[in-house]
Amino acid sequence: MNELRDLYREVILDHNRSPRNFGEIDGADRVVEGVNPLCGDRLTLYLKLDENRIDDIKFKGSGCAISMASSSLMTERVKGATVEESLSLFEKVHEMLAGQGNAIDELDKLAALSGVREFPTRVKCASLAWHALKSALSGTDDRVSTE
Amino acid sequence: MSASPKARPERLITDIASLRARFPALDQQVHGKRLVYLDNAASSQCPDVVLETMLEQQSRNHANVHRGVHALSQRATDAYEGAREKVRAYLNASGVDEIVFTRGTTESINLVASSLGGSLLEPGDEVLITQMEHHSNIIPWQLVCERTGARLVPAPITDRGEIDLDAFEKLLNERTRIVAVAHVSNALGTVNPVERIVELAHRAGAYVLVDGAQAMAHMRVDVQALDCDFYAFSGHKMFAPTGIGVLYAKRALLERMPPYQGGGEMILTVSFEKTVYNALPYKFEAGTPNITGAVALGAAVDFLSTIDFDALAAHEHRLLDYATEKVLALGAHVIGTAESKAGVLSFVLDRVHAHDVGTIVDSEGVAIRTGHHCAMPVMERFGVPATARASFALYNNADDVDRLILGLKRALEIFA
Repeated sequence: MNELRDLYREVILDHNRSPRNFGEIDGADRVVEGVNPLCGDRLTLYLKLDENRIDDIKFKGSGCAISMASSSLMTERVKGATVEESLSLFEKVHEMLAGQGNAIDELDKLAALSGVREFPTRVKCASLAWHALKSALSGTDDRVSTE
Repeated sequence: MSASPKARPERLITDIASLRARFPALDQQVHGKRLVYLDNAASSQCPDVVLETMLEQQSRNHANVHRGVHALSQRATDAYEGAREKVRAYLNASGVDEIVFTRGTTESINLVASSLGGSLLEPGDEVLITQMEHHSNIIPWQLVCERTGARLVPAPITDRGEIDLDAFEKLLNERTRIVAVAHVSNALGTVNPVERIVELAHRAGAYVLVDGAQAMAHMRVDVQALDCDFYAFSGHKMFAPTGIGVLYAKRALLERMPPYQGGGEMILTVSFEKTVYNALPYKFEAGTPNITGAVALGAAVDFLSTIDFDALAAHEHRLLDYATEKVLALGAHVIGTAESKAGVLSFVLDRVHAHDVGTIVDSEGVAIRTGHHCAMPVMERFGVPATARASFALYNNADDVDRLILGLKRALEIFA
């Protein structure tokens, strides 16, 4: 069951157990809700922007280990990043989850999410937070769904 | 017409364990392990006779029904109408005109909501359902309530997952026109006291629809004894394929109800000024039906007719008790602890989200359902986002439960 170990790597289990940046931001500039209707994963993403930079980012909600860890890892990574950097990161993560591209090396810790590629039904769990981030940064929608 | 049902076998099958060999799908490996199929509340597997019937129907008798004078059309019509008679006999309905073939439970309920609800409901009227309904027994009523100005009222359920009958009775009033309730809850396994509910609803002057999707594989249903106005179910949860289902309805109601969909088959004469609708049940079967599906459902009904349902219930209860005891020993919380349950075990583990449980047990070859089970209000009621659900059919055994438990232990190990 190497695929299973690859899915539930220590990094994933750790971020699921103790999610970073978990909570709300009072007076957030952007609040986006993300839902995965298939399994009931639900998260709310809070962003505070300083001009073009993500000054602070937090999330709350409930979901499986993959979606919790993905949210946690994402907030850790994009906190302090510019909007452009974050959107470019979204593309790279998206490609990695889809099993395309070869940007894995640039993703560092985020590469831990690559285990979902062997579990097609779980890709949406990993991508939920990222879709919420993209939506928050482009300011298009305050609600995203992975369906 | 070859409409007469097969003679009842002299001896019903009491050795439930022997039936397992009749299901070819169970004889396969998944992720290198013997498949353990515990997702029967979502869809059950087909026995050999159903598969053979489908192949025979599709390879020898395929033609449209009620339309041709040629031999194949006649054979297809005989097989299709023969299946309707089998279903009628199985349900003890008073006539074949009370058996409408549909795509499944969802379409059956939509038919009633749209046709009866649309013509009956007025602003201020009420449709009474329960908190434990599947989305397919909520949304059709929501839609017709929006259209007519009627109100959808959900009766509460208790912490054990049973309908609060006192509250239900109090919610029934002279504005209640329709009551719609599950026979067996798909998310909790609760077997509801539908006889009592029908009695109470009728006393209040309301029509009653029973959603039997989860009941048919576990118990015999006699619609006349039950006295419900409508009984809806799906073939694929009772060992037939997907895409075929049934709406049983009392004749007098079907006669008064307007058609649900228009098209071929449901008419007698058509002109641009006036259309005369066909007789029952064809008035409600617009378009070419799922002929092979119906014939296969007939074969599934024949198969079920050979089984001793007391033995079946005993087998499933033993299994459910065994599984419940085992998951409790792992520290799981069981959602749905009703006094009377059919083969559904919904549970959550403290440390492992249901979705992760599903993936991990799948890697051990065990198929269960995880998520909200199309019953979000039930999840809300019990304050959980999702549960893992093992659901049993007649072919499951104690080995299957042991394999599930192994998978759960593995999940707890990974998330230690």
